[in-house]
Amino acid sequence: MNRKKQRRLWFAAALVVASIGGAALVIAALKDNVLYFYSPSDLQSRGVHPGVAFHLGGLVKPGSLKRGPGSEVRFVVTDGHAQVPVAYSGVLPDLFREGQGVVAAGALESDGVFDASEVLAKHDERYMPPDVVDALKRAGRWKEHGS
Amino acid sequence: MTGELGQLALCLALALSLVQAIAGLGAGHTQSPLAARIASHAALGFAVFVCVAFGALVAAFVTSDFSILDVAQNSHTLKPLFYKITGVWGNHEGSMLLWVLMLAIYTVLTVLGRRGGMRLTSAALGVEGLLAVAFLLYILLASNPFLRLDPPPIEGAGLNALLQDPGLSFHPPTLYLGYVGLSATFAYAAAALLTGEVDAGWARAARPFLLVAWCALTLGITAGSWWAYYVLGWGGFWFWDPVENASLMPWLVATALLHSALATERTGAFRSWTLLLAIGAFSLSLIGTFLVRSGVLTSVHSFANDPERGKFILCILFVAIGGALALFAWRAPKLESGTAFEPVSRESALLLNNLFLTAAAATVFLGTLYPLFLEAATGTRISVGPPYFAVTFAPLFVVLLMLVPFGPRLGWRRGNLQSAMQTLAPGLAAAALAGALALAIGAPRSLTAAAAVALGVWVIAASVLDLRSRSQTHALSLHSFASALAHAGLGVTLLGIAGTICWKSEALEVVSPGQSIQVGGYSLQFDGVSAVAGPNYTASRAAIEVRRNGTEIARLAPEMRSYPVEGQAVSKTAIRTTGYSDLYVALGDNRGGGRWLIRAFVNPLAPFIWLGGGLMALGGLASLLCRLRLPLPRPVLAPAE
Repeated sequence: MNRKKQRRLWFAAALVVASIGGAALVIAALKDNVLYFYSPSDLQSRGVHPGVAFHLGGLVKPGSLKRGPGSEVRFVVTDGHAQVPVAYSGVLPDLFREGQGVVAAGALESDGVFDASEVLAKHDERYMPPDVVDALKRAGRWKEHGS
Repeated sequence: MTGELGQLALCLALALSLVQAIAGLGAGHTQSPLAARIASHAALGFAVFVCVAFGALVAAFVTSDFSILDVAQNSHTLKPLFYKITGVWGNHEGSMLLWVLMLAIYTVLTVLGRRGGMRLTSAALGVEGLLAVAFLLYILLASNPFLRLDPPPIEGAGLNALLQDPGLSFHPPTLYLGYVGLSATFAYAAAALLTGEVDAGWARAARPFLLVAWCALTLGITAGSWWAYYVLGWGGFWFWDPVENASLMPWLVATALLHSALATERTGAFRSWTLLLAIGAFSLSLIGTFLVRSGVLTSVHSFANDPERGKFILCILFVAIGGALALFAWRAPKLESGTAFEPVSRESALLLNNLFLTAAAATVFLGTLYPLFLEAATGTRISVGPPYFAVTFAPLFVVLLMLVPFGPRLGWRRGNLQSAMQTLAPGLAAAALAGALALAIGAPRSLTAAAAVALGVWVIAASVLDLRSRSQTHALSLHSFASALAHAGLGVTLLGIAGTICWKSEALEVVSPGQSIQVGGYSLQFDGVSAVAGPNYTASRAAIEVRRNGTEIARLAPEMRSYPVEGQAVSKTAIRTTGYSDLYVALGDNRGGGRWLIRAFVNPLAPFIWLGGGLMALGGLASLLCRLRLPLPRPVLAPAE
């Protein structure tokens, strides 16, 4: 085996080792840093422990938005079958509306209130987050609208 | 009338691109000068008709021709002229036409540049023709911007208010200039494989295109991040949103390609790897287009969409990537391996650079697509957030940045690490000093921030030292500035990121008129809200007096704008920058009784994030300019021993 071939072999071996090591690290990182998406119905049927972070998606229940005290806001997320109260401290996104789709990131408190650390609303009038569409479809509350 | 004109122009462009594809590939195969001439002329004609079609769409938007569905859905007579024009690409159909317009621009440059000889150029034109055919078919069949609406509505639906912003207007065209520029590099790589001219010639021919694409991608990503920062009102600059990732992945691979092509041109090293990267970079830009435009991802950028379109783009994706990889598998065994190099050499440095950049791209790829795969396989919906990227992407970049300064200081084939260390030693001292300083005066005290500042200063100082060392041996040319500017830009961006993340102060309070908020040494006095009318919106504008140590230094006026046509409310942040620190104020919602929610940040070093992006692009520009003006650098021919 000449020198060049030998060097290549070393290089290939190093590459394989590095990519296996890298892949292992990445998969470990993925496992620890993944957020699941649940609809209010999912929560009812599945039961998620308080403190476990996840994404909650559905529609903002009309008439449920309450502001204050301080910077806090409270609203209810519903998918037609089940609903979850949400508390959030911060500025709601520009496109947040009652009756429209929303995804909130956070965790359940022990009293069943979802403590949101982040609220994402859809960013387009004609656009509904796929997550929310899916949740509504599963709850049988999705209807295609013309506009 | 404009609708029919546009439709006709698109059909003619399709026909000509088909001619261009066939004649170009034919000329690449037979080397017939006639076929080559036909291909170039067809390419020019294709470009002309694409420009006509795009012009027709712009005209339809400017004149608010609501008989065209796309205009009716995305424009409005009251919209300012500027946003009527930028609204052309603020929707799915128009943005795909913009994609093809960019392709036309690069096709013309391929014809006019005549780089790399008749055979290679023709074959590259052929490949570009195939791409044009695919995307024009997509536009005509699945995403036609000229569809008519009968009867036409009296008024249009308006443009997403978030997009009515000067900063965002140029984000999509710049990004597309980058995405599509990679198609030219891809075309040359595929042409090299098709014609068998797989020596370094194709890389040399494609380099200007790659540099344009890279600069544009850099600027596009920077502009997008800047927009997210000042429009979304969260004070963040990067969210690891899948669509941001979709632009980051091609950038990472294009950066790797930029470096590996350098080695291929100069010494013939990494020939097959460079080909593979060229294919990979464009594949990722296609995947980016697919992710953004197919609506499979939840994102700011997803337009309302039907699944047919996603499938169409997916088909283009599979044919282009699969075809190119098959070509590669067919030709790669014929590639001669380049000449050998020592473990300590410029080539080794470039190899490490490529290893880290592609690994970083792979982690982003996995984090972005894993939720899609998991959902397809198990139906479980998940999302991968910033913590994942913090533990995978960040360490790779930290190591990469530690190594960056050595690259330009090592010679081709065999480098001298000791002499490199001697040149760079003052940089280490500067980095240590900066780190210690950051630890001493940074508030809150943060070891991470200090380490990041040290790393950033190390990269910047090394660029300066590199320039100084070069100026001692010969006069500095534009060429010397290219890598120094780009690398220093990386360091500057890192400083900005570190400062913003670690030293940010934030306040979120409900205030009545006369009350003040304290944030990061500033006192913000809220003086109430007044109503203001814009061209197509009404706004609540807050008056805020900024005081520091008791003296008034500025007045800020963040707004909450309400767009009645679109039924949207958009907050307009007010930012006061000192050049090295931002005071950032966003107006939240009305809490009744004259009380408003206000969010304020002090983001130290934030402007550096975008300044660094600009420096990187300048570095690319410098490299491009000396490519166009100076003769090509001579290949290193002497064998190493």
